[in-house]
Amino acid sequence: MRRNVLPGLPLSLGVTLFYVGLIVVLPLAALVFKAASLGPEDYWRIVSSSRALASYRVTVLSALGATVFNLFFGLALAWVLTRYRFPGWRIVDAMVDLPFALPTAVAGIALTALFTTNGWFGSILGDLGIKVAYTPLGIMIAMCFTSLPFIVRTVQPVLEDLDPALEEAAQSLGGSDWAIFRKVILPLLTPALLAGVSLSFARALGEFGAIIFIAGNQPMSTEITALLIFIRLEEYDYQAAAAIASVLLLTAFFMLALTNWMQSRALRYTVRS
Amino acid sequence: MKIRLDHVVKTFETFRAVKDVSLEIESGELVALLGPSGSGKTTILRMVAGLEYADQGHIYFGDQDATDIPVRDRGVGFVFQHYALFPHMTVAENIAFGMKVSKVKREKAAIDVRVLDLLRLVRLEGLGDRFPAQISGGQRQRVALARALAVDPKVLLLDEPFGALDANVRRDLRRWLREIHSELGITTLFVTHDQEEALDLADRVVILKDGQIVQQGTPEEVCRDPKTSFVMKFLGDANVLAAEVRDGKAYASGAAIEVSGMADGKAELYARPADLDWSLQGPGIPASITRVLDRADGRRVLATAETGEHLEFDVEPERLVKAGDGGFVTLRRAKVFAV
Repeated sequence: MRRNVLPGLPLSLGVTLFYVGLIVVLPLAALVFKAASLGPEDYWRIVSSSRALASYRVTVLSALGATVFNLFFGLALAWVLTRYRFPGWRIVDAMVDLPFALPTAVAGIALTALFTTNGWFGSILGDLGIKVAYTPLGIMIAMCFTSLPFIVRTVQPVLEDLDPALEEAAQSLGGSDWAIFRKVILPLLTPALLAGVSLSFARALGEFGAIIFIAGNQPMSTEITALLIFIRLEEYDYQAAAAIASVLLLTAFFMLALTNWMQSRALRYTVRS
Repeated sequence: MKIRLDHVVKTFETFRAVKDVSLEIESGELVALLGPSGSGKTTILRMVAGLEYADQGHIYFGDQDATDIPVRDRGVGFVFQHYALFPHMTVAENIAFGMKVSKVKREKAAIDVRVLDLLRLVRLEGLGDRFPAQISGGQRQRVALARALAVDPKVLLLDEPFGALDANVRRDLRRWLREIHSELGITTLFVTHDQEEALDLADRVVILKDGQIVQQGTPEEVCRDPKTSFVMKFLGDANVLAAEVRDGKAYASGAAIEVSGMADGKAELYARPADLDWSLQGPGIPASITRVLDRADGRRVLATAETGEHLEFDVEPERLVKAGDGGFVTLRRAKVFAV
């Protein structure tokens, strides 16, 4: 190994690896171990049962919808927070983090109260024929709420560090606002957007507290995977719970690996020759 | 394209960055805006570019009032101090950017040909596929210039173009920019705080202080005939001696110099290091040497006059002088300004 001038590498590496092993890898390994104790046939039967499949479908689709929405709205919010100073700017900036701080169950109850048919929003939307509470749309809204900060907080610092001279240069070359956004700003934000998207999506996949109040939890339609796992646990069917959880784990892992790869591709230009 | 600034004023919050500046730049001229930081030179350049709007006054491009034309329609090429290259685009893509976003649609093949021409002009053939992070600072600034030239600007504006580069690279790029300018004949305005750069490169130097023009002229005019002590000091090292004018002569600790047409009274005498010499016999300013700095082209002597004033001057490499020597500083020529 090459000698390194910076001190403390072996110690810090040891401590952090030990910690990651204890807190992250060990529980996940236990989960995989538990699921593996089922045997391939039982495992397959549980993870591909129609109720489980329906739960994956509603969870993944809602998470995708929530992430796409957050991608646009989070970018817009980060843009406004970095580019403009308006009265109450500080309060809006602080409120972005509220979904992180608020117990998700509280958020879930509040959202349900708002969106039930006699709630503030629900009654208006009901008149328009849109039902939110106890439908996949409600699940999506709960997911949007809890995963919004991820996109805003990953994009905001990159947007702040963007050299204004880049936009001035693009303007002096005759670029329209839209051309500058699309060809200069957006490509430079892409790595941060991807990071935000992957975190937001992973969070939405695993969200539980905020959703169960608003979802209605009807098996085959509005029952999310995390709830199904919880139900299996309540039935003391630990193996089935672990099996379904392993599917969620794999999906999240695949998603994170994919966005990491896309991110490194988007950052190719920073590599020196 | 001739540029004319007519009584231009710019204020940032409470700070008056540019106070009533009027300036003409002839078509095809290469002009330097020279001044210390805070003198308003970059603000003037940015107003000509359209990156800032003037609070008062007008800016004309030829006969057209360009004061309110936005930067994207003004037809200027702007080169930034820190290059402002698009980091996610290759060198060729950077150069092609202006042609691609232009309202005038061009064939892709035509753009490619133009990019190759420009790469040749800035002597970066073969580097078109590199990213900005993969080339040196001097190369980046050349890419920035090629990118600005790609849109056929009427005017080329450079903001401290070589400020972030090493001395050697800077000197090369100066020569090269001068060559490109004579090849293309494009009206060029550049900002610098480095007097050597301004004098080496420009047809005409405009010296600014506190948002106002203090003097302008060819490098020869401003060097030979500085109108104020500020210009004298700003253009190069200068020794300052307290002096007194009496009957057409300025007297300063042991030295006297003819000054015709100056009113009697207190004054300051300014002399370049090359305008002073050292002798062991008088007459001259009695002084003792405190330090000798050896340089490639001569010896710089630091001395203290009997009156306590510090003096700096150059002697030939063969001259045997050392710290502690006493003698006289003689004056070959000097400028005297009333205080």
